[in-house]
Amino acid sequence: MTLETTVDGPDGGASPTGTGRSLTSSRGAMADTAFRFALYAAGILVLVVIGAMMVQLFIGGLPAVMAFGFDFFTSTDWDPAPDHEHYGAGIMLYGTLVTSVLALVFSVPASLGIAFFLTEVAPIPSRKPIGIAVQLLAAVPSIIYGMWGFFIVAPIMKDYIQPLLIDGLSWLPVVGELFAGPAKGTGVFTTSLILALMVLPFMTSMYVEVLESVPGVIKEASYGIGSTTWEVFTTVSVPYGRTAIIGATMLGLGRALGETMTVAFVIGNAARISTSLFASGATISSQLANNFNESRVGSLLQASLLELGFTLFVISFLVLALARYLVRSRLQG
Amino acid sequence: MITKFAGSCRALAMSLAVFGSAATAVPAMAVDFTGAGATFPAPVYLAWAADYKAKTSSSLNYQAIGSGGGQTQIFNRTVDFGASDAPVPQDKLESNKLLQFPTVIGSVVPIVNLDGIKADELKLSPTVLANIYLGKITKWNDKAIADLNAGVKLPDLAILPVYRADGSGTTYVFTTYLSDVSADWKSTVGANTSVKWPAGDGAKGNDGVAGTVKNTKGAIGYVEYVYAAANSLTTTQLQNKAGKFLAPTVDGFKAAASAADWDHSKNFAASMINTPGATAWPIVSATFIELPTNPKDATASAEVMKFFDWAYTAGDDTAVKLHYIPLPKDVKDRVRAAWKAEIKDASGAPIYK
Repeated sequence: MTLETTVDGPDGGASPTGTGRSLTSSRGAMADTAFRFALYAAGILVLVVIGAMMVQLFIGGLPAVMAFGFDFFTSTDWDPAPDHEHYGAGIMLYGTLVTSVLALVFSVPASLGIAFFLTEVAPIPSRKPIGIAVQLLAAVPSIIYGMWGFFIVAPIMKDYIQPLLIDGLSWLPVVGELFAGPAKGTGVFTTSLILALMVLPFMTSMYVEVLESVPGVIKEASYGIGSTTWEVFTTVSVPYGRTAIIGATMLGLGRALGETMTVAFVIGNAARISTSLFASGATISSQLANNFNESRVGSLLQASLLELGFTLFVISFLVLALARYLVRSRLQG
Repeated sequence: MITKFAGSCRALAMSLAVFGSAATAVPAMAVDFTGAGATFPAPVYLAWAADYKAKTSSSLNYQAIGSGGGQTQIFNRTVDFGASDAPVPQDKLESNKLLQFPTVIGSVVPIVNLDGIKADELKLSPTVLANIYLGKITKWNDKAIADLNAGVKLPDLAILPVYRADGSGTTYVFTTYLSDVSADWKSTVGANTSVKWPAGDGAKGNDGVAGTVKNTKGAIGYVEYVYAAANSLTTTQLQNKAGKFLAPTVDGFKAAASAADWDHSKNFAASMINTPGATAWPIVSATFIELPTNPKDATASAEVMKFFDWAYTAGDDTAVKLHYIPLPKDVKDRVRAAWKAEIKDASGAPIYK
């Protein structure tokens, strides 16, 4: 019945006597009601699915929280061996946050630079090709980034870049700890670099949107009183779009938090926390990818993995909600 | 990469299944049966399935989704048999009404990346291997290693131990061995499909471990012999329980298999770790099938047993070609006897005849 009316609708509209279509006819009204109903259903379905996922993860992870209490989130002891089985999410939480934040440290300046270049500096004919090239980076599947990172980037990092950083920086007090050797190629640092490249296209296009929303009059006024391009960038464009830029950055963070395959390839998968950025680590998603296959239904390991998933869900949810709020308040205002 | 492999296995299995369903219409008695689990024996199961299909037109759909997934699926009875690298614990077998039996034997070998060191040149003792993975020996020119390798030039280079980041039967076998040879390992780390590694880096799958070792000078890893042989990796010698240094060879694995105590092991979970024979390679293990003792589909269950019966009889050459070790003959006969004694249909009559 519903199907029939919806099929009839466009037919009527496309008929040669197109003007004869009437929205007030009972048939049209019924089609409209059905259509609205379908839209509501689609919208509610999304909410139901998200809610169901959250509830399911929460219930699935409950045994782990019951067994370890709040200690689950702070303990750095992840030990699946039967005699001293214990699961703590500390290492993965740390790894997830460090790699994601470090990825932003790399990608924010780069994305902002590209975005400003595309909106202000680049000659008009070159803007489109560069923009498309940046977008194409987003089309590369994450497993390809992972393999590229493992086979190409890691050896280069190990042979050239990390030795340079270790020699140049590791003698510094405190900061030097971050750059302590040995150079292995894989690890937190390399993971963050590749993650930065992965979130860059998305953040760049958000930034472009933000910078384009800066009224031309203000920028021209600034140029008019003698500002350099750098001054326009730092005193007009960025402050004007500040909130939205922060929001876009948070969206990028949300993406970096959940990235799985690439991380599993390059982070080194060690359930240990190290002060050096060149050391191996683990993130929530890499830990899930590595261990879920071999976890038995109903086992404490699987409950702990589900609890990890729930934790990541909550973190991502909060980050994205905050980001959306910041972006929206700016772009709409 | 392991996913790609599993994917191609699945694709092959699926095409086999499609083939099967098309063929069922023609000859009588062709049965489709399904299994899921371990990735390590997947190549030989698929090769056997192809041969078996050509002979009987019955087809096996085997999904290499990992031992844990295989156990879950057979506990839920969504497949006709499960496959697992690590034996399923006795209480789990009983509570889920499963018979467990081995199919082929595999072994785990250490691989290294050191300039100027050829395959099977470096000698390692059990203690040295355990201490490397415990993070206690950190340099290749450590006295403990140099003492075993007079005449070999060892570099002043950091050791990077590499392990499987994903849970795996290979890790279970390797950590069982380390627990057996090192009391320190046993008390601080233990044996499991994944453990809390005190040192080193994790990589996904045999190919991930091999790739990380290849990328890093000074790395040491452990992989299935099947994988090392197929990819000509730089394996090492290992000292066995009798004190002899052995290169990993099929003869060494066979010696371990025949030295195992099959008489006194429940559900065929005989340990082939660190067996006493002078020529026995110390890290050897079987891979297992779990079959319901109360199958809901007696025809499929019968076909599973017919399939493995045929594989025991006619599949050894295929297995050897793929670098697996066939079971000793008397073990095969014991498995057949167990089928007859334990797998019953709804009326209580044995299904395997």
